[in-house]
Amino acid sequence: MSTATKSKELTKQEALFEYLVRLADDRLILGHRLSEWCGHGPILEEDIALANIALDYIGHAANLYEYAVEVEGEGRHRDDLVYFRNDVEYKNLKITELPRGDFGFTIARQFLFSSYSYYLYQLLSDVKDEQFRGMVEKHFKEVKYHLRHSREWVLRLGDGTEESHKRIQDAFNDIWTYIGELFHQDEVDEFLQDKNLAANTASFKSDWKDLVSDTLEEATLDVPDFDQFMVEGSRQGLHTEHLGHLLAEMQHLRRSYPDGNWQ
Amino acid sequence: MATTATYNKEEIWDLLSEVKDPEIPVLSIIDLGIAREVTVSNGKVVVRITPTYSGCPAMKAIEQEIEKTLKVNGIQNFEVNKDFSETWTTDWMSDEAKKRLKEYGIAPPGKTEKDDDFLKNLKGSSRVIPCPYCDSTNTELQSEFGSTACKSQYYCHDCDEPFEHFKCI
Repeated sequence: MSTATKSKELTKQEALFEYLVRLADDRLILGHRLSEWCGHGPILEEDIALANIALDYIGHAANLYEYAVEVEGEGRHRDDLVYFRNDVEYKNLKITELPRGDFGFTIARQFLFSSYSYYLYQLLSDVKDEQFRGMVEKHFKEVKYHLRHSREWVLRLGDGTEESHKRIQDAFNDIWTYIGELFHQDEVDEFLQDKNLAANTASFKSDWKDLVSDTLEEATLDVPDFDQFMVEGSRQGLHTEHLGHLLAEMQHLRRSYPDGNWQ
Repeated sequence: MATTATYNKEEIWDLLSEVKDPEIPVLSIIDLGIAREVTVSNGKVVVRITPTYSGCPAMKAIEQEIEKTLKVNGIQNFEVNKDFSETWTTDWMSDEAKKRLKEYGIAPPGKTEKDDDFLKNLKGSSRVIPCPYCDSTNTELQSEFGSTACKSQYYCHDCDEPFEHFKCI
């Protein structure tokens, strides 16, 4: 199903499918990025932590895709969405697809995304759809662990050595341009918000900014300008060049052997 | 061979108590609160389960183990349904199960915190996890994440042993 265009009336089914896929894409792509740390973590505990968080995200994505294809009702499998869509059909936020960078970059992104997800899931806990709400409540519990984990690392790296301070400050400066679109709303969001099936991310932007600013200040870091230039377009399928490379690696085996299975 | 009709609900629950968590074999899927409901009607057994952690690789193994257990007991007509409408929590674990977990060397989960406490506690939770070996409270969190999705890692400063804690979630 393609993105709803303005020329055509959205149905609830189309909008919910699109919304679930967007949420799932964010988590799948970030989960894949994080999984690249497996075997490369700076210390054993962190290797395990990042792999666990990657697994959580991929689990969240799997639940959401599974429900999306059920809503769609065309008999597709969740894996069809994962392995047989091209980059322009992916709707993940660009912040999730950026290369993993150094540990500082990974932690900066984890903190920004986990704190955003915390507020997002808090609102989604009230959606009027039993299956969707149940998933959200489960994911929400795990997201709290992710937020605590990344926040503690922001403090430790920011208020750590000269080198760690510099690296995480650079990371926040570099990634800042990608946070603007976390709070964009389009017709899919608005259509579903009217039906209590989606969250208005703009509504928690100021709480989120406070949490981020407080944490960065506590970590002795400078808070970059929230009003600087921000990139956009992810929900329309516009991506950085990095997503194509990620998908090539993730999809290659399945596309080479489309009917292969483990049995 | 026994047929489905010869089993009633209680007997199915007994069979399910034999299905253990592959990672923590002292706990059954009933202890963990994974098995939520059993119905037997018109000769068909339906088991409703709630997944634990979203990405827990043991869930697939648990589903297969349930199917296997039903099959080897001669039940052919069954369904295992995964359901998200109830959210799994460690608060469902019985005191008896927590005791067994402790004996196994894993610090059991305490009571979950209310959501409004979360942001407050972000700057340092007051939760103390006693050592499962010596009961000392002189313990320290090493990592929120451990060898499986459900456990975190602690260290006991009195008996100098690392130990795992079953996260309360």
